[in-house]
Amino acid sequence: MTASVIELKVTEEDRRVAWLAAAAVALALADAAIPSPLPGVKPGLANIVTLVVLMRFGWGTAVWVSVLRVFAAALLLGHFLAPGFFLSLTGTVCSLATLGLARHLPARWFGAVSLSILAAFAHIGGQLLLARLWLVPHDGLFALTPLFAGAALFFGTLNGLIAAKLLAENPVKAAA
Amino acid sequence: MSWRSLLRPGDWLVLAAGAMAVGLSLPLLGQGGYAEKAVIRKDGQLFAEVDLRAARRVEVPGPLGTTLVAVEPGRARVVSDPGPRQYCVRQGWLARPGEIAICAPNRVSVQITGRTRAYDSLSY
Repeated sequence: MTASVIELKVTEEDRRVAWLAAAAVALALADAAIPSPLPGVKPGLANIVTLVVLMRFGWGTAVWVSVLRVFAAALLLGHFLAPGFFLSLTGTVCSLATLGLARHLPARWFGAVSLSILAAFAHIGGQLLLARLWLVPHDGLFALTPLFAGAALFFGTLNGLIAAKLLAENPVKAAA
Repeated sequence: MSWRSLLRPGDWLVLAAGAMAVGLSLPLLGQGGYAEKAVIRKDGQLFAEVDLRAARRVEVPGPLGTTLVAVEPGRARVVSDPGPRQYCVRQGWLARPGEIAICAPNRVSVQITGRTRAYDSLSY
C-alpha cells in the first residue's frame, strides 16, 4: 500500500469561522468560570462574538461560529449531550433565529444593542420552554421568569454595548 | 468614545420594551408555591375545603373525638387531636401546596392545595 495524503481545501471563510469560533469558545469558558447565583443566569460573553460576526460577516457565518462554539465549549466543559448542552443549544438556536429576523431592522435606528437584547430574550425564552417541557415539568419553573428576564435584559444590553464598541473601534478594512 | 453614543434611537425603544417585559413578568415571582386552600378529609372523604384567606377554626368529629384545625391567612395546622402520638399536631403549620398532616387514629387529614401542584404530598 502506498501512503496517501488527504489534503483538505481550506477556504478563507473556513479560516475566519475557525478563528472566530475559537474566540467565542474562549469567552464561553470564561463565562463558565464566573460564579452565578442561579443556574442559567450567565453573562453570555460569547454572544459578543456572535453579534460582531453577524454585523460584520453576515448571518451564515454567525450561525457557524455559534453552533461550533456550543459544541466545542460543551466538549471542553464536559457537558456534551448533558442537559446543559441541550439548553445551551436550544438557547443558541432560538437567538440565532431571532437574529436572522432582527438583522433586517433598519440599521440606522437599531444597532447591536437592540439585536443583543432581542437575542438574549429569545435565548432565555427557548431555554425556559425546553426546561419546562423536559427537565422541570412543572409551571413553578415560570416563577423564575422575572429573574431570567431581568438577567437577559441586563446582560443583553451589556453585551450589545461591548459589541457596538468593538465594531465602532474596528472599522471595516478594505480587504476584510 | 462615550457609551451612550453607541446606542441608536431604536435601541432605547428595545431597552424600554425589554424593561416592560421584565416588569410584566414580575407577578410570576410569587407564584407556584402559593397556598390557596386547606382540604380537610375525614375517613378519606372530603369534609371541608377552607379558603386560606381568612382565619377560621374547624372542628372535625372522628371516631376518637374532635380534631381541631386552625386556619390563618396562608397557612393551616392541626391544633389538637385525640390521637395517642400527636404526630399531626407536632407537624405544626402547613403553608406550602402539597403539605399534609395526617391524624390517622382519628381518620382526619389536612392538606394544603394551591393553583399549581408542586408535589403530590409533603410530610416530614
